[in-house]
Amino acid sequence: MNNLIKGEKHDWEMVIGLEIHAQVKSNSKLFSSSSTKFGSSPNSQVSLVDAAMPGMLPVINKYCVEQAVKTGVGLNAKINNYSVFDRKNYFYADLPQGYQISQYKYPIVGEGKVTIDFKDGTSKDIRIVRLHLEQDAGKSLHDQNPSKTYVDLNRSGVALMEIVSEPDIRTPDEAGMYISKIRSILMYLDTCDGNMQEGSLRADVNISVRKPGDEYGTRCEIKNLNSIKFIKQAINYEAKRQIEILESGGSIEQNTMLFNTSTGKTRPMRNKEEAHDYRYFPDPDLLPLEISKEEIGKIKSSIPELPDELKNKFTETYKLSNYDASVLTAEKQTSDYFNETINSDPELKNYAKIVVNWITSELFSLLNKNNQDLNNSPVSPENLGQLIKLISTNEISGKIAKDVLEDMFSSGKTARQIVDEKGLQQVTDQGEIAKVIDEVIAENPKMVEQYLAGKDKLLGFFVGQAMKLTKGKANPKMLNDILKQKLNKKN
Amino acid sequence: MKIDKNTINKIARLSRIKLDDKESEDYIKDLNSILDWVEQLNEVNTENVEPLSNISSSILPKREDVSNDTNSSEEILENAPDKLEGFFAVPKVVE
Repeated sequence: MNNLIKGEKHDWEMVIGLEIHAQVKSNSKLFSSSSTKFGSSPNSQVSLVDAAMPGMLPVINKYCVEQAVKTGVGLNAKINNYSVFDRKNYFYADLPQGYQISQYKYPIVGEGKVTIDFKDGTSKDIRIVRLHLEQDAGKSLHDQNPSKTYVDLNRSGVALMEIVSEPDIRTPDEAGMYISKIRSILMYLDTCDGNMQEGSLRADVNISVRKPGDEYGTRCEIKNLNSIKFIKQAINYEAKRQIEILESGGSIEQNTMLFNTSTGKTRPMRNKEEAHDYRYFPDPDLLPLEISKEEIGKIKSSIPELPDELKNKFTETYKLSNYDASVLTAEKQTSDYFNETINSDPELKNYAKIVVNWITSELFSLLNKNNQDLNNSPVSPENLGQLIKLISTNEISGKIAKDVLEDMFSSGKTARQIVDEKGLQQVTDQGEIAKVIDEVIAENPKMVEQYLAGKDKLLGFFVGQAMKLTKGKANPKMLNDILKQKLNKKN
Repeated sequence: MKIDKNTINKIARLSRIKLDDKESEDYIKDLNSILDWVEQLNEVNTENVEPLSNISSSILPKREDVSNDTNSSEEILENAPDKLEGFFAVPKVVE
């Protein structure tokens, strides 16, 4: 695979690392009992701790710690028995404490890795440096008033897991696949709701470019991207910007950038004079966090089947391709749906590939068209299973099955009901099909002549005519076979 | 380590405190004498000793994940110099 981008002078390689911020799916905040609910009225979920009133002390949320450990296990990472909360000091209007409680030298989770799967069947490991727990900041609205910034502290203090990758990513697509994979793991574990639109999952992207084989170049960091599309756009723009500077003889200044989603451009966030000096030090309000082996063991044993395990199970049990299996396991609701469908009838496990296709192409496109989700699909897994059974036993043709599925989708009826009511059973009676073919041949003597003179393409015409007469119900394979036989006999 | 004029200005800026020349001089003197005093600790050999982040031997207390349902808006905004429709209003912060 060629991952290089063409410059004016030579080829360049991107070197990309991601810092993903995932909000822990918890009821209350990391160090206070305020609610974490999204979309409530401004400043309605702010305790005196979150507002940093003097004398308030943080008390850690046990559940959030467990979710971080759980996520660490899901990322195949080392869980640290001992970790420390530090203060990261900076001054900003949506940070009332004047510091963010984070973890610096001793994070709760150490090195791990995740695997991404390519369409061509190959895969790649992206190494994780660490995962640490920290507080989210409040939200600032800058564009409501020319001279004021409005601040809502509801998000202030919500638990975040920051997941830092090694710079192992080489293309915008890989970056997208990596964050999708992390999102998928988080959602299987149910430790983060994965909602990028609401900001529950967002990423900072570190990117530099180099000539292949060279040392890493100077990197820039693009802050706070909340969609996979924007991540790819921002990387493409920033790589191009850096290459242009380097090729015209300049050098890259290490900088923090913001991505403007309407122009598709990056720009520096702050200038050098104000470069941050975070003055990390251990938070004197919090003792070190210690987790026993027993606690870690207990959390490990509570972990559900993760996408990679399921993927292996699907490729082994059902002989699916690596890519099919990874599409199926990317979202928990999809793999659940597949499992329920294929288990609805013992015969179906022999038609796994057909089941995959009906879910990921036919059903998905209907759901998309109707703006619906697999979770509330009008077609239940059992009913889809029944439909596929009707196809696999040749009772209806694949073509008719598509119409049946649409009907099932809008009417809520079962495949069986629709097929019976409309009389859609495939015609598999040799005699009946032969009779129709005779009719078609008799009605089109000229076409027959042309066909016999070598115009093979006309076969499709005869098939079409015969199908029309049977209202699409003739078994296509039988129709084809008998048609060829009869035409060749004419020769 | 010695505190000089540059360092004191940097600390003042990071702390959002305005110091005049007289105050700066005073703080340089004060901070240096504190540092000198602490520096005596360098006489102790701390090789192979892990830094101690807390002297308490108790373990970190944890709470259950229960949220309270009180609406804090009014109380939280009570001391705000400026507010609008439930938001704090602050001088424009442009990054």
